[in-house]
Amino acid sequence: MIRLEQVSKHFGTMVAVDRIDMEVPTGAVCVLLGPSGCGKTTTMKMINRLIPPTSGKIFLDGKDTTGVDEVSLRRSIGYVIQQIGLFPNMTVEDNICVVPDLLGWPRAKSRKRASQLLDMVNLDPSVFLKRYPKQLSGGQQQRVGVVRALAADPPVLLMDEPFGAIDPINREVIQDEFMKLQAELKKTIVFVSHDIDEAVKMATRIAIFRDGKLIQYDTPDNILAHPVDAFVSEFVGSDRTLKRLRLIKVTDAMMSDPPRVKAEDTLETAVRLMDEHGHVSVVMVGPRGRARGVVRHEVARDLKGLVGEHQEPLPGIVNIKDDLRSAVSQMFTHGVTWLACVDDDGFYKGYITQKSITQVLGTTYRDR
Amino acid sequence: MAATGLQTAFRLLLITGVFACGAWFQANGLLPAILKHRSDVIYLIRQHLALAAVSGAIAIVVGIPLGVILTRPRFEMFADAVTQVVNLGTTIPTLALLALSMSFLGIGAPPVIFALFVLTLLPIVLNTIAGLRSVPQPLIEAARGMGMTPAQILRRVELPNAVFVILAGIRTALAINIGTVPLAFLIGGGGLGELIFTGIDLMEPSMLLAGAIPTALLAVFVDFLVGQIQFWLVPRGVNPLR
Ligand SMILES: Nc1ncnc2c1ncn2[C@@H]1O[C@H](COP(=O)(O)OP(=O)(O)OP(=O)(O)O)[C@@H](O)[C@H]1O
Ligand SMILES: [Mg+2]
Repeated sequence: MIRLEQVSKHFGTMVAVDRIDMEVPTGAVCVLLGPSGCGKTTTMKMINRLIPPTSGKIFLDGKDTTGVDEVSLRRSIGYVIQQIGLFPNMTVEDNICVVPDLLGWPRAKSRKRASQLLDMVNLDPSVFLKRYPKQLSGGQQQRVGVVRALAADPPVLLMDEPFGAIDPINREVIQDEFMKLQAELKKTIVFVSHDIDEAVKMATRIAIFRDGKLIQYDTPDNILAHPVDAFVSEFVGSDRTLKRLRLIKVTDAMMSDPPRVKAEDTLETAVRLMDEHGHVSVVMVGPRGRARGVVRHEVARDLKGLVGEHQEPLPGIVNIKDDLRSAVSQMFTHGVTWLACVDDDGFYKGYITQKSITQVLGTTYRDR
Repeated sequence: MAATGLQTAFRLLLITGVFACGAWFQANGLLPAILKHRSDVIYLIRQHLALAAVSGAIAIVVGIPLGVILTRPRFEMFADAVTQVVNLGTTIPTLALLALSMSFLGIGAPPVIFALFVLTLLPIVLNTIAGLRSVPQPLIEAARGMGMTPAQILRRVELPNAVFVILAGIRTALAINIGTVPLAFLIGGGGLGELIFTGIDLMEPSMLLAGAIPTALLAVFVDFLVGQIQFWLVPRGVNPLR
């Protein structure tokens, strides 16, 4: 856990950071967000004392960092700087092992760790361990930079725009990789960004800065749903509701335990089921419950026969683990107002409608 | 490919040229005349090398630490002043420098070594400072952020990344040094200058050449040596030659 208490930093007469109070719970990803020059980097560097605060206190796991030895403090905090900062004179392996070497780990242990870490970010150790930074692409360098911060397994990570130098496509890939890692490692992370999309994607908590002041410190959904003032709402963008779609999983907006029919059921049964639920269509499932097709009310009501003979292909399917953004995107792609939701194995789990999505988005507003 | 082909052709031409010169010298009796001075040459080469080595070594041992100190935050403000002073030292003509140091230290090897040292110091200090300053600030910040002490940052990050430029300075410095040693003769310091200047005085080209050719070869050899050191010592990741 990281706690900042009334932390300020003055450069001469200029106030770079102004009385910040903030707490980052253990295992959380806190994204510091704001326009250029608002004090994000300065705040972050005060945590590992690269910059000494002018006033205020910073606690790491309840311990005041003012007193402790700076060098050992920094060795216990992973640090990724904005410019990547790999040492060009060292191989990738030696770069990763910098902190373990400083801590005096046995060589065999640290080199093995380097190899494992490279593997974790999808870089083949047999290819990359002995390379020099200049022999890597920008994205590969950035991965090594992140992995280097993880080498000595520090509980806390500070990352200053770690994915800033990569093109948007690769950035998404690395972000996903990193989130997967984080789900496993559960580090306490302070992450500087000026990209609201990145923040929404990565953060458990977002801290929005302006001119050295902490304007709002909240969950991504709350920041998007309830910006405290005009500055925040402008900063997060006029499409903030669309951004929220990303934060909500299909399961949260899904109607579960839906009505269903099988191929051998009669159309009569299907129509009765639809009337019961007030639906205009019903999903047909296979023998074990996989979503197979759909029967529409207007087709079924005038005909006789079995469901299997009059079913149509499903207009759209969405995985229950996806977020609402991909669900809505599917709806617009296929021009439908509802989607069948399936799990990884294709089993029919429920359905999602435009109405249910609107409802979920609205819940948080009614909560207030 | 074309470039390497050209290089090979050039090399062949050079070797042929050298052989032709040798044959011509042999034919007109110059080569045997030069070889007459063989024992003198060997003795003087040793003296020549000793002067260059001692003055060069002192300059390196003083120059690199001086450059390092002048880039530490605490002393950074003196860096410009010191380089100005050292710069001034090299604007003094070499002969004047020799004369000056002779007036302090008398004649013989010590004033020569001192003058050569002053001459050699500047490029070493300047390049050490330039090399260390050229290490990108983010590298140093990353090192600090990962918990390196200032000494560790210097040894593991700053010096390895500056060593190419520092060695380039040493290379220039030693080339100047070796080329200047012949002047040592003028204040009684010995070296191959003895043959050169005596050869000039006596109007004896064979003697002059017996001093001049080894001097040139020594300069080329030392340059080659430092070049090799530069090639092998500089870490591969920051070595533009590899
Ligand atoms: N060493 C320094 N001396 C003087 N002023 C500084 C120093 N470091 C930062 N500042 C000032 O403090 C303010 C905050 O800087 P900081 O680097 O924290 O901004 P930032 O939010 O990280 O911006 P960016 O997104 O551009 O990286 C800026 O106005 C900057 O000019
Ligand atoms: Mg910054």
